[in-house]
Amino acid sequence: MGNPMTEQTQTSETQSSPRSEAGQKPDIIRVEGMHKWYGDFHVLKDLNLNVKQGERIVICGPSGSGKSTFIRCLNRLEEHQQGKIIVDEVELTDDVRHIDTVRREVGMVFQHFNLFPHLTVLENCCLSPIWVRKIPRKEAEASAMEYLERVKIPDQANKFPGQLSGGQQQRVAIARALCMKPKIMLFDEPTSALDPEMIKEVLDVMIELAGSGMTMLCVTHEMGFAKTVADRVIFMDGGEIVEEAPPHEFFTNPQEARTQKFLKQILQH
Amino acid sequence: MTESTMKPPKKVLSPVNWMRQHLFSTWYNALLTVVVGYLIVTSVGPLLNWVFFDANFQGSDPSDCSGAGACWLFINQRLNFFIYGFYPDELQWRVDFMFLLLAVSFVPQFIERFPGRKWLGIFGMTGLPLIGFFLIPGGSFGLEQVESTKWGGLMLTLILAYIGIIASLPIGTLLALGRRSEMPIIRGLCVVFIEVWRAVPLITVLFMASVMLPLFLPEGMNFEKLARALIGITLWQSAYMAEVIRGGLQAIPRGQYEAADALGLGYWRKMGLIVLPQALKLVIPGIVNTFIALFKDTTLVLIIGLFDILGTVQSTVTDPAWQNVAVEGYVFVAFCFWVFCFGISQYSQKLERKLDTGHKT
Repeated sequence: MGNPMTEQTQTSETQSSPRSEAGQKPDIIRVEGMHKWYGDFHVLKDLNLNVKQGERIVICGPSGSGKSTFIRCLNRLEEHQQGKIIVDEVELTDDVRHIDTVRREVGMVFQHFNLFPHLTVLENCCLSPIWVRKIPRKEAEASAMEYLERVKIPDQANKFPGQLSGGQQQRVAIARALCMKPKIMLFDEPTSALDPEMIKEVLDVMIELAGSGMTMLCVTHEMGFAKTVADRVIFMDGGEIVEEAPPHEFFTNPQEARTQKFLKQILQH
Repeated sequence: MTESTMKPPKKVLSPVNWMRQHLFSTWYNALLTVVVGYLIVTSVGPLLNWVFFDANFQGSDPSDCSGAGACWLFINQRLNFFIYGFYPDELQWRVDFMFLLLAVSFVPQFIERFPGRKWLGIFGMTGLPLIGFFLIPGGSFGLEQVESTKWGGLMLTLILAYIGIIASLPIGTLLALGRRSEMPIIRGLCVVFIEVWRAVPLITVLFMASVMLPLFLPEGMNFEKLARALIGITLWQSAYMAEVIRGGLQAIPRGQYEAADALGLGYWRKMGLIVLPQALKLVIPGIVNTFIALFKDTTLVLIIGLFDILGTVQSTVTDPAWQNVAVEGYVFVAFCFWVFCFGISQYSQKLERKLDTGHKT
């Protein structure tokens, strides 16, 4: 188990500084003074964030706080207007080649799965490896089956997404992203559209993935998940990063009044 | 889970009860039943008599028609003209060969599990028109040339409709994508193209193609009238097709575009592998609708002096040797159009069922 994952850690040509002995890993994502506007509406205000390779970050905050928009900027699904975003040594600009390079290294899982309904589960997984990475079909299918086994649904490989439950669809979506062998995985509220009994099966897969050393950024309201796997929890409100801390500190001793209020509200029940 | 053996209750009605419930449930329904029944009885019999029982199928000249029923003999006698126009008799094998290829490409599409039918379909869209391009006019590969002015009848109708259909689909797709492009120049050009062509009646397009276009072209550069009509029909049809396809593109959820982007597919793969397959599937009814409309609109080429199947029939029914055969002629034309249009419609419904993966996003 986990052997497909080990390939994540290989360093690419673009990565200049190799990891040092002391476990000082390089920053794989650097966000510097980033701003974003929708028209005149200032959604993201002066965001700064460095993420080390293998780090697991949970981003939380009330709805409308800009957390989804923020992680969507990291693979340029949204455009930022000011500041810098550097992913795996490549700066995200208008340059389409840069965007394509980054998207190849960054996997994304969406709230509403966004599987391709006209393709089978296996075809969903193989599409991008075959067309973007130019991997031969046989190889891509074998690799996809490995990932489908990892998310525990190899038997559904030839079904269409519409024939699966929400939890299964989301696991396929995770497998599809992993098939590109990304260095970074972004999760945009992966469990928010699921029925309660399906949340666990998706979280289990994510926890297992976290254990394999994948760099993960996860927007979620699952505080249990944050406590279990996160290296750092980031709290956003009003388009700003209000507070960031390791989970233990974050949940037991929040510094900011807004964080305290948010935690009080969501941990009430 | 245990399988339930309980079946939904069945409603069984005796014929009398069925009639009471469906035909005579109220006094006005009863009245309608009686009136419609009377009309059916009085019209179907004579109609069948005219079409089949009193009709004349055999013979050699107009006097063999009794006049009591339809004179199908007329169709029989002039069939060659209705199908080939003035195409020389000894060269008609070329046209027959194309008819054969057409049948070989598309009839298997109705047969589930016909081996290689996908490739036959692809051949029908690409190889077939290419072969036709050399075979029908001749003039190359040692084939005797046949001027396009001699083409006519069903053959001409099919050429016009077929080229119009298979050329307008890709052009229309590109126009639809262009109209939704983020690049202002491309979007602008596509909008102008679509809005100009769509706002013009086909008759005008055909007139322009046959009468006005030659005035603008430089001396010596002259397309055949048929080629000009074909280009006009194709561009006009593309504008319609673009709008139908754009409707499909707009129905695809944004999440599909985003997922394709996030996988790094890039614009053309995103469109070709993810968006268009879903969008085209959604608008099959609309696409087929425009196909069928075009198929019938090809009859308009009559006004620029091309003799399609309607044109050939119309020119023969006025033949003084044959008396009162106009009805037979037009019924024949209507029947031909119905066969092709109904075939297209049936195929599209089959395609829709086949492509339905049983859910929406």
